[in-house]
Amino acid sequence: MAFRSAVITFPGSNCDRDMAVALEKVSGTAPFRVWHGEAELPEKLDFIAVPGGFSYGDYLRSGAMAARSPIMSAIVKAADAGVPVLGVCNGFQVLTESGLLPGALMRNAKQDFVCRTVPLRVENNQSLFTGGYEAGEIIHIPVAHHDGNYFADEDALDRIEGDGRIAFRYADAVNGSRRDIAGLLNATGNVLGMMPHPERAVEQTHGGTDGWALFESAVKGLVRA
Amino acid sequence: MKVHIHVSLKPGVLDSQGRAIHHKLETLGFDGVNDVRAGKLIELDVEDSVTDEALDEMCRKLLANMVIENYRIERMEPSKENA
Repeated sequence: MAFRSAVITFPGSNCDRDMAVALEKVSGTAPFRVWHGEAELPEKLDFIAVPGGFSYGDYLRSGAMAARSPIMSAIVKAADAGVPVLGVCNGFQVLTESGLLPGALMRNAKQDFVCRTVPLRVENNQSLFTGGYEAGEIIHIPVAHHDGNYFADEDALDRIEGDGRIAFRYADAVNGSRRDIAGLLNATGNVLGMMPHPERAVEQTHGGTDGWALFESAVKGLVRA
Repeated sequence: MKVHIHVSLKPGVLDSQGRAIHHKLETLGFDGVNDVRAGKLIELDVEDSVTDEALDEMCRKLLANMVIENYRIERMEPSKENA
């Protein structure tokens, strides 16, 4: 059965094509490309990707406008129904702004734009996105962001941590994120937001392929189900 | 009428922009600045009929992110109804 995925494009998205290429490479099937103004998603999706970029020029707050675009209502509904949703970089910001994930992504603590490959520690390898990694494994994935400084209050952080919802942590300090959170799952484990770009690490020519297992985990897990 | 929405980071949330501004003021030789917090001002031009409740909802739904920000609504002119 073909893998049915969708990549959302907002005005200002710029990683949507990379995301689509990665999904096609790993799953063998090209994803649907969905414009933000659509009110509905294609039927029976196995996977939704909210890509990186600078949707709406980061007006008001990064991800704030995109989170209130027509397609987001459909994405929230799909996520509530259990469809896997991956938000990368600006996609992570969109998912927090939409309320699918808790907390907020603020300006990097040193006000700098960070753009380099960083080591991440896989904290939870029990999710459908991270099953292809070893717990505690260090992987290398590129980041490129200005607003990646994850914030939630201490009570929320304790709950997130207690529930094992931290998928990835920065192994070295990158942007001031509370508890070094680089990737965060929702309570039911079918929504993952992360600042690093796994779609930029799926070919040897990217300089590394540590992102491959994330997509493969999701694709295989779903095909098996 | 004009309405000013003042959006600021909640106390306890690190304001790295404010800190950078503070540092720059010091390097420019301005003494006596104890702290700097940077926020934003959003000016709305609304019909007088727009209620405080509606303005409040605008802030909660879009203009402020309640996880990290506070907001204050300031009507700049008395509404005609109440004048």
